Amino acid sequence: MAMGLQGRRRSKSLLQKILELNPVIIVTVIMIAGVGFALLYSVAGGSVDPWAKKQVIRFVIGMVGMVVIALVDIRVWMFLAYPLYFLSLIMLIIVSVMGHTGMGATRWINLGFMNFQPSELVKITLVLALARYFHCLAKEETGKYSRLIMPLFLIGAPVILVLLQPDLGTALLIIIGGLSILFCGGVRVWIFVVGLLAMVPTAFGAWKFMKPYQQNRVLTFLNPERDPLGAGYHSIQAKIAVGSGGLYGKGFIQGSQSQLNFLPEKHTDFIFTVLAEEFGLMGGLGLLGLYIILLAYALFTSMTVRSQFGRLLCLGVSVTFFLYMFINMAMNLGMLPVVGVPLPLVSYGGSAMLTLLVGIGFILCAAIHRDTSISRGGAFA
Amino acid sequence: MVTSPDDLKYKLFTRRAGLISAGMLVLTSGLVGRLYFLQVVGQNQYKLLADKNRISLRLLAPERGKILDRNGHGIAINRTDYRVNIIPEQTEDVEATLAALKSFLPISERRKRRILRAVKRQRAFLPVTVAENLDWETFARVNINIPDLPGIQPDMGITRYYPEKDLMAHVVGYVSSVNAREIGEDPLLELPGFKIGKNGMERVLDQRLRGKAGNSRVEVNVMGRVIRELSRTDSISGDTLNLTIDRDIQKFTADRVRDESAAVVVMDVHSGEILALTSTPAYDPNDFNLGISQKKYDILLHDARKPLINKTVQGEYPPGSTFKMIVALAALEAGVVDEHEKIFCNSKFKIGNTTKHCWKRQGHGLVNMVQAIAGSCDVYFYTIAVRVGIDRIHDMAARFGLGEKFNIDIPGEKKGLNPSKGWKMANRGSRWQGGDTANVGIGQGDVLVTPLQLCVMISRLVNGGMAVNPEILFPEEGESIETPAVIPLSRKNLEIVLRGMAAVINKPYGVAYAQRMKKPGMSYGGKTGSAQVRRITKEERDVRIRKNEEKPWRERDHALFVGYGPLENPRYAISVIVEHGGGGSKKAAPIAKDVLEFMFTRDKLPAHSQTHKEDNA
Repeated sequence: MAMGLQGRRRSKSLLQKILELNPVIIVTVIMIAGVGFALLYSVAGGSVDPWAKKQVIRFVIGMVGMVVIALVDIRVWMFLAYPLYFLSLIMLIIVSVMGHTGMGATRWINLGFMNFQPSELVKITLVLALARYFHCLAKEETGKYSRLIMPLFLIGAPVILVLLQPDLGTALLIIIGGLSILFCGGVRVWIFVVGLLAMVPTAFGAWKFMKPYQQNRVLTFLNPERDPLGAGYHSIQAKIAVGSGGLYGKGFIQGSQSQLNFLPEKHTDFIFTVLAEEFGLMGGLGLLGLYIILLAYALFTSMTVRSQFGRLLCLGVSVTFFLYMFINMAMNLGMLPVVGVPLPLVSYGGSAMLTLLVGIGFILCAAIHRDTSISRGGAFA
Repeated sequence: MVTSPDDLKYKLFTRRAGLISAGMLVLTSGLVGRLYFLQVVGQNQYKLLADKNRISLRLLAPERGKILDRNGHGIAINRTDYRVNIIPEQTEDVEATLAALKSFLPISERRKRRILRAVKRQRAFLPVTVAENLDWETFARVNINIPDLPGIQPDMGITRYYPEKDLMAHVVGYVSSVNAREIGEDPLLELPGFKIGKNGMERVLDQRLRGKAGNSRVEVNVMGRVIRELSRTDSISGDTLNLTIDRDIQKFTADRVRDESAAVVVMDVHSGEILALTSTPAYDPNDFNLGISQKKYDILLHDARKPLINKTVQGEYPPGSTFKMIVALAALEAGVVDEHEKIFCNSKFKIGNTTKHCWKRQGHGLVNMVQAIAGSCDVYFYTIAVRVGIDRIHDMAARFGLGEKFNIDIPGEKKGLNPSKGWKMANRGSRWQGGDTANVGIGQGDVLVTPLQLCVMISRLVNGGMAVNPEILFPEEGESIETPAVIPLSRKNLEIVLRGMAAVINKPYGVAYAQRMKKPGMSYGGKTGSAQVRRITKEERDVRIRKNEEKPWRERDHALFVGYGPLENPRYAISVIVEHGGGGSKKAAPIAKDVLEFMFTRDKLPAHSQTHKEDNA
């Protein structure tokens, strides 16, 4: 590798890197995924088929990918930030043209062994691209309005493509994840204030842009009883499942709401209700605790990393991860409308799990390379 | 250390990342709060809702109460119905299974299409009926071949069955499927295939027959499939109803009048128990139970002989001469005539400007009361009716149950018409005339009676003047039996009228002398009657009185007879009406004679000597 590295220290050996993989993060990830396996086993009425077994296999593949990503030099990732971003954007365009159509929305590319959602991948590649962009800006430049054009384009392009699919939840996730990097990258606070104020007319515009089923979801969220057997059904049954779980739950594979199929999408977006029903408040708080540990470590890591790229990368992934968790749980608990956002590392499904493991791989990578400083000119400039 | 731009960026990042972390913490505590609110504060409410989802209350249909005759013969019973169902989820190919089933029982193309439609519409674990009302042999053959018929489920249900077919149709009525209007009062009615009484006793006593639903609490999944039973309360069968009717008497009676449009009521004169209540023609209630075709129903509906009408309680007829006993009693009680007074009949009776005629063109000559009853002299009764007046006739008729509803447990009972001055003023708006009284005197004019009323009347006449009420059901346990009231009138006068009725049959001058019983030890009395359907015009009378047989059926007189037997210590009363049958003595009296003879013969057999009487004494 004949490149002008500016690291203060010599780069670490592979063994050193492996030893520096953050054990807390890795153990927490495995525990969270373990909760997912148990729930998928329960939801299938006490069987590894059809979900738990496949999920374990994907998780193992994802873990390998995660470790590989963590071990690669962070400067390689900075170098690849834009190419990866554009690659995922192209994939996103492809799904709009020839993707798999399911549930009234076009979201998947058939990779042969699994259906892959580019909209998931783009969440991470956007974080990479934005982190690189802000890494390369001098402090004084971050306040310039002209420097906002590029990041807004980076965020806007996938958002528009995702909205065309249409996938409101993912679009929101991309916007908020991207904005968090802008915020920590140094964009002036008042721009965010103005932006928030501009949300009101935008919301009206968005309402017009939404498909009837999305409008329905919002309306039903505001009043689930308005259609108890139709659109409000998910929300009401989910609340019943969670509430009836009580303090300690009904017991493993004993949840009447999930075992008797009253819960919709119980293996994917509504899997948290199964946990809450069968393990009660204790189970819910337990999983929440694991998430908090994982996020706390990730955010703590972000503050110890020397390069702005690494810091923003950690932060962006953490915020994305948090948004998955929050939106999904809030939706399960009837605090937000039903949008298709999975519970991170727990819900059944390959794309989200791989995406999140890739993201955590970047966090681990930043942690291993926390002392590597990268010039503003870029990795291999 | 000099603050480098990189350090500035770092500080800014740390500050803002801290802010974002704080924001995450706030949002997360929001989640925790919500979890607490749902799972701790709201847990009872949501547990209730979860149970409501999970637990389904299934009604268990009770067995409908049976209706039996006085000797315990089944009149309305429940029969096992052999059915074959298909459960779509248990077979890979419904059509192939049906094709295989076809070698055991016929399945029409139409039926097959209906089954396939139902299979598509219903959930795959719910059975679809393929064939019902199978005979045992077919059912057994399907059962044996079950291994070759995937998805086929033999099933036994219970359906109402009327083994006597049309014999008791008008008494018991029938059950049929619940219609939309009837749903609501009882959740049982919403059970698929549940049937309720639509006519006859099945309708009037439906609540008693229906019984009480049981229930089964089952756990169901979201598709409604039963996972397991949690608890069960068995249903309580409906009451068994014991009719006073004797199936064998009913059968004999019905066979005797099978080809007529007729009504026959037979009663025990002391207890008022109805032994036979026959109305012909009838219909087969089993047709209604299984769902009668429109075509079949139209035929019943438009039949001139009105098979759907229960003539015994719904038919209102002029009593004709059978009313004369009432007029005689009224006159005797009022003292306007005595047993021995003779009145001259020259077949003409003048009242006002009109002349009324006796049925006997040459007249009866001088007749006393017994002779007048026996010969059914119209002039005699015109005379005493006008003497005694309508008020007292009306009063006497009422004492014998005419114009009264008895509310036996059969629907549609009519009250007939016992006319009075007040009634005429209120309904016709004109004053009562002497001619009206004369008409009533021979049971024509405005008087209308039902065959049941006639039978009650004759019972009260011959049982010593006790006001018995007709009963069609034996009293329930604990139900008090009322002793009938004594009708206030002279026993001596009653005895005179009875002598008249005995003479009708048993004296050579009686109009029905030809119908007397010739078997030793058997005797009966009674009174014939003919009810004019159409007034005889003056022209017809002058030119030539057409014989009944020459008139079209619809214009012929109704033939009536009221009778009792034996002559000494009467036990049975009978009333017979043959619609458009012509003369009472020729058409109705023989029927009564045959029925009474049948009963007397049976009573002589040891098994029948004292049927139910002791039980109810």
